[in-house]
Amino acid sequence: MSTSYELRCRECGKLWGNQPRSICEDCFSPLEVTYDYDSLRARISREQIAQRPPNMWRYAELLPLPKDFHPSLPAGFTPLISAPHLGKQLGAKRLCIKNDAVCLPTLSFKDRVVAVALANARSFGFDTVACSSTGNLANAVAAQAARDGFKAWIFIPADLEPAKVLGTQVYGAKLVRIAGSYDQVNRLCSQIADEHRWGFVNVNLRPYYAEGSKTVGFEIAEQLGWRLPDNVVVPMAGGSLITKIKKAFDELITLDLVEKKQVKFFGAQATGCSPISTAVKAAQEEILPQRPSTIARSLAIGNPADGHYAIRAITRSGGWSEDVSDPEIVESIQLLAETEGIFTETAGGVTVGTARKLYRQGRIAPDETTVLCITGNGLKTTDALVGQYEAEEPIAPKITAFENFLQNALEVPAPLEASA
Amino acid sequence: MSIRVQIPSALRRHTAGIGHVECCASNLGELFSALDEKFPDLKPHLRDEAGQVRRFLNIYVNEEDIRFLGGPSYAFQDGDEVLLVPSIAGGCN
Repeated sequence: MSTSYELRCRECGKLWGNQPRSICEDCFSPLEVTYDYDSLRARISREQIAQRPPNMWRYAELLPLPKDFHPSLPAGFTPLISAPHLGKQLGAKRLCIKNDAVCLPTLSFKDRVVAVALANARSFGFDTVACSSTGNLANAVAAQAARDGFKAWIFIPADLEPAKVLGTQVYGAKLVRIAGSYDQVNRLCSQIADEHRWGFVNVNLRPYYAEGSKTVGFEIAEQLGWRLPDNVVVPMAGGSLITKIKKAFDELITLDLVEKKQVKFFGAQATGCSPISTAVKAAQEEILPQRPSTIARSLAIGNPADGHYAIRAITRSGGWSEDVSDPEIVESIQLLAETEGIFTETAGGVTVGTARKLYRQGRIAPDETTVLCITGNGLKTTDALVGQYEAEEPIAPKITAFENFLQNALEVPAPLEASA
Repeated sequence: MSIRVQIPSALRRHTAGIGHVECCASNLGELFSALDEKFPDLKPHLRDEAGQVRRFLNIYVNEEDIRFLGGPSYAFQDGDEVLLVPSIAGGCN
């Protein structure tokens, strides 16, 4: 199933073959993976893909996978569900949720990118993999490194949510907590990658890693019956995911797997860390870095590496970018849980809250098919909900005690009822 | 002002492999001029045709992004450590 691919400079077009490298030494611009689409067109069809197991490897031809690669985990192919109840709240008639809160093995979309990165780490001969992370990537690298027999070094900002810290340590990874922001962790990792021969999934393996995000886009199209949606709403941290979903849609069009369509891309950020949405709203093409201050820590990247490309993907598509406050994030987490039974992390609250804003602004029309990308699981960020629900006093194990309790419960407003 | 500049490995091809250099400069413009003089091959990799710092090059002073310090108007202090760090983007249209 392997295909021919290599690294190409995004800006000057120079080809670099396949190697652990993310920067063009000629012009200092990012490298990305390019494929031989002409030869692929004859080798890939909807029917073929449909016969394969339901995981992200069904799109192997469109991923940079070494010839001898055998997947060790069935990551991806998460549910795309219609969301009529949330839609009613938002004023949307055709709303869908791509639910990567249940992506395996670590409950975020980062499992996809890490799976592709580690496939390449192995072929480049690394025995140690590493990453800088706001949490979800840390979990994904730690778990898959354990599964695939790599040593793992994980670098995180010291103030990360406890569940994301524990969910890294449990796999036996070496965890380095940095007293600083993610942007500082990321900068440090660039320096470390210069000195140590490790496979940093989001530094020297980044071009390969980033390709894994495309599988979100492939799946959305296939699950809509090999059709592209009208709009997608995507949370943005470094800004890579939104550009890779666009690349996925473009590739499906190039390979005649879907009909051509102008999909609008909408970016979602937290107001406390909104360098991309700020630029889009001000019609700027460049990012002005920010110092993040938001509960959406998985999105707290003040100097997004792919920000420039994210801005371009959004504005050229006719889309838009918005941001929401911390209280709106919490409220939106609750709204999604109460309407569709999906418990997402703070980043998902950002996406739902932003979508609500976009519908209110009339930027997304109710009749259009719109997909919200939910990228992480709420069990990892329960601290965001502290104080939202009162702990009920226990009652005696007697029917009369329950009848009294019920009487009281029916008299109080809805939120308490939900927590009973 | 004497400042110490760290060159990332991706650029060392243009500095004959040198990873650290001491420079005298009072601001970013002067630093670039000093680097141009020492390493003529490096020049086009730091600034674009219009003389702007290249989009994918981040500059840090003592671990702080220079854009938070006033960017080109920041006055270097004696002993400042300057890091040139490539921005690691995935890249896509």
